[in-house]
Amino acid sequence: MFDLFARVFGRDDASKEVAKDRLRLVLVQDRSSLSPQALEDLKNDLLKVISQYMEIDDQGFKVEFSRNENTTALVANIPIRNVKRKSL
Amino acid sequence: MGEAIVITSGKGGVGKTTTTANIGAGLAQAGHKVALIDADIGLRNLDVVMGLENRIVYDLVDVVEGFAKLKHALIKDKRFENLYLLPAAQTRDKTAVSPQQMIDLVDRMKQEFDYVLIDSPAGIEQGFKNAVAGADRALVVATPEVASVRDADRIIGLLEAQEKHNPFLIINRIRPSMVKKGDMMDIDDMIEILAIELLGVVPDDEAIVVSTNRGEPAVLNGQSRAGEAYRNITRRLLGENIPMMKLEEDTLFGKLRKMIGFKG
Ligand SMILES: Nc1ncnc2c1ncn2[C@@H]1O[C@H](COP(=O)(O)OP(=O)(O)OP(=O)(O)O)[C@@H](O)[C@H]1O
Ligand SMILES: [Mg+2]
Repeated sequence: MFDLFARVFGRDDASKEVAKDRLRLVLVQDRSSLSPQALEDLKNDLLKVISQYMEIDDQGFKVEFSRNENTTALVANIPIRNVKRKSL
Repeated sequence: MGEAIVITSGKGGVGKTTTTANIGAGLAQAGHKVALIDADIGLRNLDVVMGLENRIVYDLVDVVEGFAKLKHALIKDKRFENLYLLPAAQTRDKTAVSPQQMIDLVDRMKQEFDYVLIDSPAGIEQGFKNAVAGADRALVVATPEVASVRDADRIIGLLEAQEKHNPFLIINRIRPSMVKKGDMMDIDDMIEILAIELLGVVPDDEAIVVSTNRGEPAVLNGQSRAGEAYRNITRRLLGENIPMMKLEEDTLFGKLRKMIGFKG
């Protein structure tokens, strides 16, 4: 019965979907050989560059891989405290 | 001149040795001259899966070190005149052999055999490198689980780096009832993720345990689903175009139907 229900309505929470999503993400990191350390370095470099232009809340600063549909993206969430005024 | 095929996986315990034994027996049954190499030095297993553990005198390391002749170390199978096993050394480790020595050994064996199957140890270091060194082709075994697929992906990358192109995938231990419920990755999921060509799918089957208990590869057992899967894999390896076997659903309803003797 549950089977039928699952087939008719499709289950987004089916554990294989979770498995696939997790795999896709972990494989992006594996394949690009970006270790957690490398990702941390990337994050720090980004922080340095962007800080030249604006004041960033580095606690809330996040960089991670994300997947939707068929593409994988590197998504950075950068909370801004203050944009620096251009000094003339 | 024969062909050397390595069976590898990265992750341990996913069915490399089982696959090597079954494809080996399948190829021998089809009339080819076949040698199996157990490259899992220190963790010898292929001999027991083949039921040949009592016949071992010399091993792979003895041959490589020149202590024994190849023809004296090769053990003839009980069932087939044309099937041989070169056992791993049990009291040594992977460093006892180098990749170049494996290349030389496999090349020599290819002169004499149509197929040389190499059972790789788990892992990605020297044991894996030794096993892969002399191979012309690679079969990657994976089960439908996150860790296994991840390791398979890693292995595919390493094979590519060693110029072993276009490996084939064998999916092992699939459980149709779980796939149906959406609780196990299916064939398409795994092919999509790993992006390599599929050679075959082997169901999770008690017959594998029984045949391993007896030391008789399941491929020789006409009844079992896993045996049938390995027969198909063998034929595909030989270039035949065999459709993927329809995985029987081991649901309660299916079991009941079978009990009643209703064949659908
Ligand atoms: N299709 C299957 N159905 C049921 N059991 C299986 C199947 N394939 C393998 N097994 C069981 O899983 C276990 C591990 O298999 P096997 O020894 O072939 O794996 P392996 O990859 O060679 O392991 P290792 O990495 O230790 O060398 C064995 O007990 C075997 O009987
Ligand atoms: Mg093994």
